[in-house]
Amino acid sequence: MAKLEIDGINKRYGDVQALTNISFRVNDGELFGLIGPDGAGKTTLFRILTSLILADSGEASVDGLDIVKDYKELRRHIGYMPGRFSLYQDLSVEENLNFFATVFHTTVQENYHLIKEIYQQLEPFRTRRAGKLSGGMKQKLALCCALIHKPSVLFLDEPTTGVDPVSRKEFWEMLKRLKQQGITIVVSTPYMDEATRCDRIALIQHGQILSIDTPENIRKAYPKKLYRASAPDNFSLLERLRELPEIDSVFLFGEYLHVTLKKDDKKPKDVQLQLIEPGIEDCFIDLLRQK
Amino acid sequence: MNSVIQASQLTKRFGNFTAVDHISFEVAKGEIFGFLGANGAGKTTAMRMLCGLSKPTSGQGLVAGYDIAKQPEEVKKHIGYMSQKFSLYEDLKVWENMQLYAGIYGMNIKQIRPKIDEKLHQLGLFDERNTFVSQLPLGWKQKLAFSVAIFHEPQIVFLDEPTGGVDPITRRQFWELIYEAADRGITIFVTTHYMDEAEYCHRISMMVDGKIEALDTPKNLRERFRAATMDEVFYQLARKGREN
Repeated sequence: MAKLEIDGINKRYGDVQALTNISFRVNDGELFGLIGPDGAGKTTLFRILTSLILADSGEASVDGLDIVKDYKELRRHIGYMPGRFSLYQDLSVEENLNFFATVFHTTVQENYHLIKEIYQQLEPFRTRRAGKLSGGMKQKLALCCALIHKPSVLFLDEPTTGVDPVSRKEFWEMLKRLKQQGITIVVSTPYMDEATRCDRIALIQHGQILSIDTPENIRKAYPKKLYRASAPDNFSLLERLRELPEIDSVFLFGEYLHVTLKKDDKKPKDVQLQLIEPGIEDCFIDLLRQK
Repeated sequence: MNSVIQASQLTKRFGNFTAVDHISFEVAKGEIFGFLGANGAGKTTAMRMLCGLSKPTSGQGLVAGYDIAKQPEEVKKHIGYMSQKFSLYEDLKVWENMQLYAGIYGMNIKQIRPKIDEKLHQLGLFDERNTFVSQLPLGWKQKLAFSVAIFHEPQIVFLDEPTGGVDPITRRQFWELIYEAADRGITIFVTTHYMDEAEYCHRISMMVDGKIEALDTPKNLRERFRAATMDEVFYQLARKGREN
C-alpha cells in the first residue's frame, strides 16, 4: 500500500523551476531516500509534502490525506525534521520535548518507547538549553521531537549533512531501528554512499528525478562497462587518459580513477584497466552526463 | 622540508576543556594536506588558530613564516580561506567580488584590474564577468570562491569542507582545481567529510579528542590499519576516540 503518493508536482520560484513534474510513491514501512546535491529541489519537495508551502500544480497525499485540503489532519500524521536546527534554543532538552508533545496533544510518556533508545543518550543533558548542545546531540533531540507524536511518516531533510562518517553511520542505524517499528521514512541526503542504506531511492538534480528504483536495480541499469585504473600519480594519469581517443569519461574515485570507453571493449594500449561494478555515485555521474 | 606550516605542541583550552591538545606537525610547500577528524575532535579550533583567528593557550605555530600568536594580522594577510558557505557576495557581480576581496587583502587597484581579466579568462568566466553571483550555477560559484581565495597569491589556502553538498561531477572538477593550484606551489590545507577525497591528499592527519592520532600518506594509513578504504581507517580511529 502506498503511504505517500505524489503526482505531477511542479514548483517555480520566479525564474527558477525548482521542481518539474515530480511523481512517485512511497510504500508503507519503506525507508525511501531522496539523493541529490544542494539546489536539487529536495527541501522544496519536503516543504510541499509537509504542507508548509503550496505546489504550483500537481497533487500529493500522505496516509490518504490530501496535502492541501486535509493539511490540518495531515500534520498530526507526519513528523518533520528540517535541515536547519529549528528547536527552541533557549528551552532545555526536556522542555523542548514536552513542548512538542503538548502541541500534538500527547505526552512524552505515551510514546516514550519510540524515542527511548535515542533519548537515553540525551538524558545526562536533559536540563541543558538546546542551544548549548553539540551538533550530534541537537540532531538527536530534533529527531526525538519529530517522533514524539508517533507520526506514521517521518520526513528528514538532510539529517547527516556536515556530520562525520562515524556519526553518519550511527544515525542510519537509528533509522533502521525506527523503520523496524513500522514508521515510514523519507530522508534526503547529498551523500551518495548513503543510498545503499535505503530500500528505494530517487536520484534528483535540478528539480527533476533522474532515476527511481532500489539501489541494486539502479546499479544494474548502468549502461556501460566500468573500469578502474590507478597510478602513483593519479592526477597525471587522469590528464593523460583524457587525451586518449578511446576514453569516454574518466573521474577521480578515491585511490582509483573510474573510466568508461567509447566502445566498451576497445581499450587503449598501455593502460591497465580492471572491470568493476558501478556504485550509485557512478550511476549519478552517468545520469548527469546524459543530460 | 620547506614548510609553510609548522605547529609545535599547539594547545587550546576553553576552561577545563582541552579542545586541541599539544599537536605538532609540518606541512610542506605545494602539499595537499588533509585535516580529518570526527565532529568535535578539535579540527575547527585548530584551524582557527592556524588562521590567526584564535590565540593558542600554549605551544607555537608558524604559518607562511609568521607567528600565529604574535603576528596574527600578518598570518591573515598571507593566507587564503574558503569555507563551504563560499562567502561570496551574491548581490555583487563576478568581477566585483574579485575586486572587493583583492582590496581587502591590500592589493593595489592597478595590480587588481589586469589580474581580474587574466583570472576571468583562466576560469572561463570572462563572458560572465558582469553576472551577479546569485545567478551563477553552484559549480561556477565554487570555482569563483576558490579563485577569490587565492587571488592575492597566498602561500597557503585553507579549505573548510569546500565540497559539501556539491554534485559528484562538480566535486571532482573542484579537486582538479586544487591539484592545479598545488602544482603552482600553493599549499592546500583541506577538511572534508568525503572519505574518497581523503585519498586525493598527499598526506592526512586524523584528529581524535584534540590530538593528532595518525599522520601519513593515505596509502600508508590504509596499510597500517589493514583497511581497504580510508572510510575504514577513519572508522577505526574515531571509534577509538569514543571508547576513551
